[in-house]
Amino acid sequence: MTKTKQLNRIDLIFKNENDCKEILQKSFDRSHEEIINEMVNSGLKGRGGAGFPTGLKWKLTAEETEKKKYVICNADEGEPGTFKDREILTRVPHKVLAGMAMCAKIIGAKEGYIYLRGEYKFLVPDLKKELRKFHDILDELGLNFRVEIFMGSGAYICGEESALFESMEGKRGEPRNKPPYPTQCGYLNKPTVINNVETLAHSYTIMKYGAKKFRELGVKDSWGSKVFSVSGDTPIPGIYELELGMSVQDFVDDFGDGDTKAVQVGGASGFLVPRKRFAKSHIGYQGKLTGVSLPTGGSMMIFNSSRSMYNVLNNYLDFFEEESCGQCTPCRVGCQQLLKGIKAVKRGEKPAAYLDKLLKLTDTMRLTAKCGLGQSVANSFSSIVENFREEMIY
Amino acid sequence: MDFQEKLVQELVSKHGRDRENLLPILQGVIDEERYLSEEAILKISKEMSIPAADVYGTASFYSFLDIVPRGKYVIRVCKTITCAMKGKNQILLALEDFLKIKLGDTTPDKLFTILETNCLGWCHKAPAMLVNDDVYTELTPDSVVDILREYKEEN
Ligand code: SF4
Ligand code: FES
Repeated sequence: MTKTKQLNRIDLIFKNENDCKEILQKSFDRSHEEIINEMVNSGLKGRGGAGFPTGLKWKLTAEETEKKKYVICNADEGEPGTFKDREILTRVPHKVLAGMAMCAKIIGAKEGYIYLRGEYKFLVPDLKKELRKFHDILDELGLNFRVEIFMGSGAYICGEESALFESMEGKRGEPRNKPPYPTQCGYLNKPTVINNVETLAHSYTIMKYGAKKFRELGVKDSWGSKVFSVSGDTPIPGIYELELGMSVQDFVDDFGDGDTKAVQVGGASGFLVPRKRFAKSHIGYQGKLTGVSLPTGGSMMIFNSSRSMYNVLNNYLDFFEEESCGQCTPCRVGCQQLLKGIKAVKRGEKPAAYLDKLLKLTDTMRLTAKCGLGQSVANSFSSIVENFREEMIY
Repeated sequence: MDFQEKLVQELVSKHGRDRENLLPILQGVIDEERYLSEEAILKISKEMSIPAADVYGTASFYSFLDIVPRGKYVIRVCKTITCAMKGKNQILLALEDFLKIKLGDTTPDKLFTILETNCLGWCHKAPAMLVNDDVYTELTPDSVVDILREYKEEN
């Protein structure tokens, strides 16, 4: 990452704007190519965590010749510490829907879905009202596109796009082999654009203010702003839109309680940053090494010095062991062994050196697990064990 | 035709027989009966021409598609990190104490079941819980008891 951004609060996503019809009209007047270029030039990357360039995703799907295509809004946020999509869907659902409509127009989709996690069922009545208004606008604009809500039923892995398709197809939410990618072969094996809630809301912003304005925010390769979910030991937990590229130090200066020992960036599947690395760690997409830059879906969990990092890791592993879909051995058995392993070390049934064996196991999981869940267990595990080894033992 | 048979037929005709409608149909049964009984699974299997083992296998994958009997109100207390840090154990103790059952159990009057669940997306207002679809946040041992009292009074 080239430079660090000061921590600037932004107000684009939640800004009270009710001009979807005008924005959609304006973008429908432009050519598909122009819109795709705008999206590509904005540098917007998926805000769900994986960070795939959104413009490219739309472009690839638009190029597919299949007649039937789908736009799916991934509202299955289940990453521990993440709650921003709920807030976006509560406060500015129309922006998300406008993003879906724009995408539908470009790729040629007539049907769209919001895959909403079961835990957010209370949102359905309001969303349905919003959908009725939105469909009326589309009728006025002459776009034949309909969005339905599909309810999840409590499975973290269904946030993974191919698992989400399986779930929508009435099956167990088990990730598929890739390739083929959703742009070619998604829901019901048709070309599908699947975007996170926040990504779609940003697409609306880009259409409204232009790619150039979007790129004035953030840093190279991590353009724009991002909505962060802040929780843990902080006097001001909540949802904040901030520029990408800030250092963890700047973040802690604003959000910590003066006694911050570590920050978990990116939820249970993200990285733990200990105090000594605060200044050197930046929040953005590029690179994957702690100390350089940290990709994130927006979860920032703050721990102060009274917290046991053993308990934190134990809680994360509990989560992964439960949420692993069980399809592949490295992840299914790996998660169980990691959990058993740290408990055994803590109880003194295994020597401290056993932790190194467990670290090797996470390396194997990173290499051989089929999907992001099994691969990313290594992130929190290694960053916690390496930085707080003594807390794992005593 | 018994109630369940009618329910399954209604759901199948509302959503359709294609496999991609299985989840909404399972959810529809849960809404009425709070769990998927063996009989319900068999009926869905027959109506949709999907092997019963497959329906069962799908249902059992999802934590909200219960396959054992549950109470009228299913309480799911978040056990993930922030809620754990902010006192979910005390919340569970208060619930167990008030309802006189243990985690995972259902009260003899079939009114309440206590379960734990993973992050509900309310970490900034931890600890949090769901009672069926309703969210309760920033819980204290006293406030959960008040909440449950209200549910009790409704019945
Ligand atoms: S890595 Fe884990 S969640 Fe992913 S496919 Fe394998 S078992 Fe399933
Ligand atoms: S940790 Fe309990 S709601 Fe997120």
